[in-house]
Formats: sequence, C-alpha cells, structure tokens
Amino acid sequence: MATTVINGKEVVVDDEGFMTQYDQWDEDIASALAAAIDVDLTDEHWKVINFLREDFKEKGETPTIRRVSTAGGVDTKKLFQLFPKKPAKKMSYIAGLPKPHGCV
Amino acid sequence: MRRLLILGGGTAGTMAANKLYKELDKGQWQITVIDADDDHRYQPGYLFMPFGTYKPSQVTKSRRATLNSGVDLQYGEIDVVHPEEQVVALTDGREFAYDMLIIATGVSPRPDQTDGMLGPEWRKSVHEFYSYDGSVTLAEKLKDWPGGRLVVNIVDMPIKCPVAPLEFAFLADDFFKDKGMRDKVEMTYVTPLPGAFTKPIAAEAFGTTLDDKGIAVESDFMLMEIDNDKKALVSYDEREVPFDLLVTVPLNMGQDFIGRSGLGDELNLVSVDKFTQLSTQFDTIFALGDANNIPASKAGSVAHFEIDIFVENFMQHIAGKEMSHKFDGHANCFIETGGGKAMLIDFNYDYEPLPGKFPYAGVGPMNLLKESRINHLGKLAFRWIYWNVLMPGRSMPLPALMSLKGKRTDLLETEQEKQPALSA
Repeated sequence: MATTVINGKEVVVDDEGFMTQYDQWDEDIASALAAAIDVDLTDEHWKVINFLREDFKEKGETPTIRRVSTAGGVDTKKLFQLFPKKPAKKMSYIAGLPKPHGCV
Repeated sequence: MRRLLILGGGTAGTMAANKLYKELDKGQWQITVIDADDDHRYQPGYLFMPFGTYKPSQVTKSRRATLNSGVDLQYGEIDVVHPEEQVVALTDGREFAYDMLIIATGVSPRPDQTDGMLGPEWRKSVHEFYSYDGSVTLAEKLKDWPGGRLVVNIVDMPIKCPVAPLEFAFLADDFFKDKGMRDKVEMTYVTPLPGAFTKPIAAEAFGTTLDDKGIAVESDFMLMEIDNDKKALVSYDEREVPFDLLVTVPLNMGQDFIGRSGLGDELNLVSVDKFTQLSTQFDTIFALGDANNIPASKAGSVAHFEIDIFVENFMQHIAGKEMSHKFDGHANCFIETGGGKAMLIDFNYDYEPLPGKFPYAGVGPMNLLKESRINHLGKLAFRWIYWNVLMPGRSMPLPALMSLKGKRTDLLETEQEKQPALSA
C-alpha cells in the first residue's frame, strides 16, 4: 500500500495501483486512470462506471460482469468492447473500486 | 400461537431452527420448517466424493432426525412468498401463514445458465461436483478415466465455498499421482477472477503451489459457452480452452421462488442488511446462509457464525427492541492442499486471511495460512462436528466474531487496513 498523486490529488492505492478509499475518487481522477490504461471515456463508459460506484455504495462489493450486464444494462460483449481484454479489472480500476476477488 | 416459518432445512435452516427452539417460548411460538425432501447433505463432503474419500452414505442424514423433535417439518416445493400477506404458498396448493419468516434455501448450481453446458457432453465429459448427483457421477468417471486434458473451471462468482475448486485441483493432482498417472494428465485452472489467488497475503502464502503441481492458470476468463463439438470452453473475448474432462462450477443461484416473490436480485439472492440479515424490504423476513446477499463467502462456516449472532438479534426483534448485535462476515475454513495437508484461513468483511495461530494466540494448535497435517485432520474431523455439534445447535468453543489475537496484523501496511471502519 502506498499513496500516489493522480491528477494533482494524493490518493491511497494498493500494490497494483487500485484505489482503496471510496471517497477519494472523483470524475477527474477517473479520466486520469482511464488515460493511464488507454481507455477513452465515452458516455457508455460513464454509464458503467456510475453503475459500479452506485452499486458498490449500496452492496459493499464491486459488481461482477454478470451483474453489470443484468442489473446495469450493459451486456457482456459490450463490456469487452469498452474495456478490452480485462473488463472486470479495468472498469473497477477506473471506478476507484477493489478488483473482483475470491477469499484467498 | 405465533408461527416462525423456516424455508429450507439445510445447514442454515437447521441451525436456526434448533437454536431458536431452545430460545423461544414454546407456549407462544411454533416453528415449522419446509423442505422438498428428507435428505440433509453434508455439502463439504462433495469435494471428497469424486476421489472416493467419502462414500455417498457418509454425507447424508435425515432432516427429520437432524431437527429437534419439537420442530414441525413439512415436505413440499415452495411456489411463492406473499410478503405483504405473510403467507407462503407451496406448489401442491397448501398455504402457510407466518408471523416471522426465515429464508434459508441456499444457492444451487445452475448449468442451464451457460450455453452448451447441458449439451450432449453433460455428465459425459462435462462434470460438476457442487451437487450430490454431480459428485457421485464424477466419482464414477474418475475411476477409469485414462487421462488427458483436465480443466477445472469457475463460471462466475459468487459460489459456495470459493476455495473448493482450488482444493479440487490440488486433490486431483494427488489422486492422479497416487494412481501413477499424473504424467498423463494436463491440468488447467480457468477462472473469471484476475488470478487463482486474489488476496495479496494469501497469494504469497500459497506462493508457487500451482506451478509446483504443474497446474496452468487461465485467468479473467468470462465463459460464454461450452462448444460440445470441439469440447472447449469459449470466452467472451474469444479464447478457447480445450478439454477431455471438464469439471466446472456452474453459476450459483438462489431458488427461483425468490425471484417470483420479488425478494431477490439478478441471482435470486435475498437483499438483507449485512449486519443483521433482516430483509431490506420487509421486517418480518430474515434470510440466512447462502440465500442472502451479504458480501461474505457462501459457506457453512459463515452460516454458523452468522446464526450465533442472529439468534440474539431475532429475540430482540420479536420483542420489538432494536437489534444490538452486528455480524462481521466471519469465516473460518480449511483448505485442502493435497499430500494429506491443509491450510486454515480465518477472515471477515474487513480483514483478509492473515498468518498466525488459531484459536489461541501463540499456542494454536492450528496454524493460519500455513500447510500442516493437523489442519487436514481438522478438516476431516469437521464432518463429525457438523452433525454432532453444529446442527443440533450446541456451542462451539469459538467466538462468533473474528478475533485479531494471534494474527500477524503487522503484515497489513496501512493504518486504514488495521482499523477499517466496519461500515465501510
């Protein structure tokens, strides 16, 4: 764990650069994180990111790809287009949330 | 008389019924449990049956005999819950009115939710061990399987016992070694998660276990379909993993009646408060064990600790008082690593598994996050504890809430992690 400066703001991140403090995130930071992994944010990206943020706030857990598809209304194929190769990891990274995890 | 209705007489439903039977005033409350049949399965045994370690008879007991004789048990399929009217309707037309309802119908593997899974290869080269029938069939298959490409797969999270697929891979490695045919088996572990291990401290403890055992990992694999002609898993990003024998964990879902009753999310899990397990919609409904949507592992261990806390809350709730106890998501699980050894992990909502001693600081005798023979013996002994201590609702000499005593909290680097807000 360390702190880093993203878009002029000091934030706490884990070893892989995922933000760990929900309230330190803002939209400018999201844009900076997206740029860092070569994702250009469109309205469709924002729809996903906003769903992730809301759902995490309510459930305490980053939603799975299946949940984003069924409850968030962006289907899995689309998620792979928006966040190529590793949508689960990339979308949680940009939304400032923990990546999906198991118990070990 | 007031009626407490419990849907499901498995791990959570049985523990709740037997514990509450002791607490509730028998002159005022009648407890009725509804389940489809009389077969209570010891589900952790499903992991061992494919390898012949447990016989089917060792994982099954009568629900009737496992429930206190003062608890009413009715057999039937649940059609729908009418939460406003406080009535549960069965498919045979019977209706049960309730004052309080506990939903403990768990989750089930749903092969129908993945294209091609129930195709011509189902139960031939496509297997699972998350159901009794699946585990029995896989045991038959493994007896004379000549070897080839064995693929262990998780379709999606959450699943019952998230470590079971890993344990299956470790035990399979052992099984084929014992049969002198490990060199004939190529093993791949295919997961939708970013890796086989996702918690940094646990990942370090497991280190190169998978590599050492010659098990390849295919991560971030979102299964789109099973191609029966090619015998391959196909992902949304068009990767293909061919198999000769697939052991998959199908999507786990709550029961369909939960969806029909308007009580569930997209996986038919009942939305509850994560500290009390009270429904977020109705104050006459609790959901316990795997059936609810708390962000904890779906495991009997979680149900056990959860119900210890729940019973005290339930008694306050029906007395019209505020519930003062908070469940912390505590889980405590043995992980088989093969070679007659196992690891032990102990964790909750806020703390990832840490190394240390358990249950007594400095003494143990169990080691956390470290392979040992005694942990393996603990896992085997657990079947006896399950039937004789947990199900009857007797107390285990373990605190329900997780303790940090004996744990290496120094491995957590930031203050935030050492003292996380429980509500975070």
